Amino acid sequence: MNGVHDLGGMHGLGRVDVEDYEPVFHNPWEKLVFGTMVATMGQGLYNLDEFRHGIEVMEPAHYLTSSYYEHWLETIEKNLIEKGVIDRGELDARTQEFLKNPEAPVPQREDPELADRLLQLVHGGASSRREVSAKPRFEAGDRVRVRNVHPHGHTRLPQYVRDKQGVVERVYGAFVLPDKHAHGEGENPEYVYCVRFDAEEVWGDSAEPREAVSVDLWESYLESL
Amino acid sequence: MSVERTSDSQASEAEIAARAKALESLLVEKGLVSTDAIDRVISAYESDIGPMLGAQVVARAWSDPEFKKLLLEDANAACEQLGIGGMQGEHMVVVENSAQVHNVVVCTLCSCYPWPVLGLPPNWYKYPQYRSRTVMEPREVLKEEFGLGIDESADVRVWDSSAEIRYFVLPERPEGTEGMSEEELASLVTRDSMIGVGEPRDPEETR
Repeated sequence: MNGVHDLGGMHGLGRVDVEDYEPVFHNPWEKLVFGTMVATMGQGLYNLDEFRHGIEVMEPAHYLTSSYYEHWLETIEKNLIEKGVIDRGELDARTQEFLKNPEAPVPQREDPELADRLLQLVHGGASSRREVSAKPRFEAGDRVRVRNVHPHGHTRLPQYVRDKQGVVERVYGAFVLPDKHAHGEGENPEYVYCVRFDAEEVWGDSAEPREAVSVDLWESYLESL
Repeated sequence: MSVERTSDSQASEAEIAARAKALESLLVEKGLVSTDAIDRVISAYESDIGPMLGAQVVARAWSDPEFKKLLLEDANAACEQLGIGGMQGEHMVVVENSAQVHNVVVCTLCSCYPWPVLGLPPNWYKYPQYRSRTVMEPREVLKEEFGLGIDESADVRVWDSSAEIRYFVLPERPEGTEGMSEEELASLVTRDSMIGVGEPRDPEETR
């Protein structure tokens, strides 16, 4: 979707705000949101593409003015409610209880086997690369054009390279296609290519000298030249 | 002009904190998550996984040409030799800085970042300002926001992490580091130098 999350080349958002000696988390609720994401996505209650799309469909002004882990909280809630894991009513009711009594503890539950599984995920990862029998359509050095498409759903094709010409720099193997996977339509793995664009091609007269930008794009985002 | 984050207000923070606790409580009560699992995951990223791991990788590459060759060809295989790998780094690619080429990493669509070597990203990497500007005006961003001037004769290469490949930068080894141990070298490698918005520390300043 042509959403506010797709920020490449947008003007007027201000200066980069660098915090010296920044902590990993700024407060306890950020830790909870982070841990809850790993524990729920890590058990397959929703997938990474559904998670990302849940952030993209946030109300645009809210997206721009809310913190990073609030984005995460929004999409975790949305996904778990849509999957029927939790109910909006019970979540709101419980939130009111914690608002009235912010120091009330979270109920404790131990599950060392789950903890071990999640730590294995943290240190071992979970690849979305898949083996496919098809050969890649493009090879390094090929000139390609990015399709001028504007899907309403999730995509990992940034607007700023649409309809632009570039050169395939690397072929990375086939990966789960986010455009389908975010909408419950299966994995549909496709080859991913690192495509290099000269800055002039993308930004015209506004380009800085001697710049190129490389973007990783799924095969169906591209057409040959 | 700058976008203000309204969630910095007290009331809103309190509500978000309550929602986060409510969510975890419900999931615990339903038997779907456990508090020990969540706590151990948090602890891993607070204590064990961070840019000190990427610094080890860079220091080894500066010291061992064979390792550097492998790192540039197959970053995951090289990192695995040091016991480094995991979530959000299943497919890592290392790009090498030189006098001719300066690399910088961004994610315009969200906040993709190589967690196993750099840990969780800093806020500035995740917020709209860096994400919007770096692909269009990298020299300006590096100079104005990070104090890093790139020579006019050098190419600037921006890597937008739009798929599941995670990029990090192998910075140039600073001059005056001959004879340093890997541990000493690792102490010069900063998080920012591996994103491409900074340089390694000057060995003269750390002595």
